[in-house]
Amino acid sequence: MIELRNVHKRFGKQVVLNGVDFEVREGETVALLGPSGTGKSVLLKHIIGLIKPDIGEIIVDGKDVCRLKRRELSELRSRIGYVFQNGALFDSMNVFENVRLGITDEDKYADLDYVRARITECIRLVNLPAETIDKFPAQLSGGMRKRVGIARAIAGNPKYLLYDEPTSGLDPVNADIIDGLVQRLDDEIGVTSVMVTHDVRGAFRVADRLALLSEGKIVMQGTPQEFLDSTNAKVREFLERDFDNPSFAA
Amino acid sequence: MADSTTLDIRQITGRWVLEGAGQVGRLSYFIVDMIRGLSEVRIWWPRMMVEAWNIGAGSLFIVLLISAFAGAVTALQTGYQFTGSIPYYVVGTLVTSSIILELGPVLTALILAGRIGARYAAELGTMRVTEQIDALESLGRSPASHLVIPRVLAGLIMIPALTILANLSGVVSGWLSVKAVLPVTDADFIYGAQYYWRPWDAYYSVIKAFFFAGSITIIACYMGFNTQQGAEGVGKSTTTAVVTSSVLILVLDTVLTRLLLNQ
Repeated sequence: MIELRNVHKRFGKQVVLNGVDFEVREGETVALLGPSGTGKSVLLKHIIGLIKPDIGEIIVDGKDVCRLKRRELSELRSRIGYVFQNGALFDSMNVFENVRLGITDEDKYADLDYVRARITECIRLVNLPAETIDKFPAQLSGGMRKRVGIARAIAGNPKYLLYDEPTSGLDPVNADIIDGLVQRLDDEIGVTSVMVTHDVRGAFRVADRLALLSEGKIVMQGTPQEFLDSTNAKVREFLERDFDNPSFAA
Repeated sequence: MADSTTLDIRQITGRWVLEGAGQVGRLSYFIVDMIRGLSEVRIWWPRMMVEAWNIGAGSLFIVLLISAFAGAVTALQTGYQFTGSIPYYVVGTLVTSSIILELGPVLTALILAGRIGARYAAELGTMRVTEQIDALESLGRSPASHLVIPRVLAGLIMIPALTILANLSGVVSGWLSVKAVLPVTDADFIYGAQYYWRPWDAYYSVIKAFFFAGSITIIACYMGFNTQQGAEGVGKSTTTAVVTSSVLILVLDTVLTRLLLNQ
């Protein structure tokens, strides 16, 4: 279980998070919605300890991430897969080596037979052709890079998957493929997922619950149906932009 | 008016002090992180070998070329200043000492501050702004042992080695050049080179190169690691890394000369 309690974060004079309370239960997929620049990615990085809060607690599996020692933090991170917005693939390594880095168990990492089998499995899970493993990130399209990023995130059999804008910058067809992939991975490998997105359509399709971040606070958390029924002005304002979009209705 | 000027100076000084203290703190933390990462030999060893090869093979030609020209110019200028009242063998002393004590290590370090320092700062800076360093951390892996230690150790090994080769190249080139402008025989040159020679001079040259290597690689990696704000930030880190390590090389040159030669 992931819990954020009263998290505040500012960069210089800019307040990004202003008392965020947020919770993700075991086995569910939560989409964190909000307009660009509201601190969704910053919030996600708090969960894995890449950013520390000024005030507040981030509890993962009962432990406060901010108080973990170096080794404990490293152990926690090995249980969390993080999918970066632009893939964040190591451009000096091919796909094989990139995905291999996701195998966080050192004994398994050193076992080449296991590594080959696991990478093949991960590449299959993200619907990439087998020959992709020899390619370098520069030889891949944006959608393929994102899928390699997902393959790397799942290579270590994580308990949690954190997606940072997995469909941003993609055309609708590729965005649908990624959304379907997120849904399928949740079903097939049974992870708990948090997906940061401003794509309302994708969020409704994939998530069990939604949360809307606005002006540094979580304005609402609830099921897709509760969001649709909400009379909260900020929720309505955010949703209606996409309700007017014909592709949403489809 | 006078009050506001005083306040401005106080504010600026305060900001500088805070910024300076912050940089020292971050650099100390960075070095501590590096020392902790040394235990992960399995991670940094193969990467260090690749980096060492890149530094050595990639820089050898330019280092030899520039030190050869430095040796030749030193020899030619010595020839120009000789009036005939000084014994010719002294030219061997002058060329050898100038190259080994000063020009070899300092020129090599300044060239490599531009070549290696700029590369490291740009590489790590790009990795920072494209979230590759965050990705490494998110995978529970230490960026210090994957990215910093291999680069710093490769520099600490290869820069002194390149300096030794630069010294040889400079001395040989000076030797050949001086024969073109002065009636110096090989025996004169060798006699002069040996007459004032102390083995400590060679150690001094290598010790300086070792310190210069540390300043080039650690500053470049630190600047790259702390890059902010996209492509502009990468450019800024790269420039700052080269300027800072070049200045530090000259400061260290003075300090080490005082400490190691003027006892």
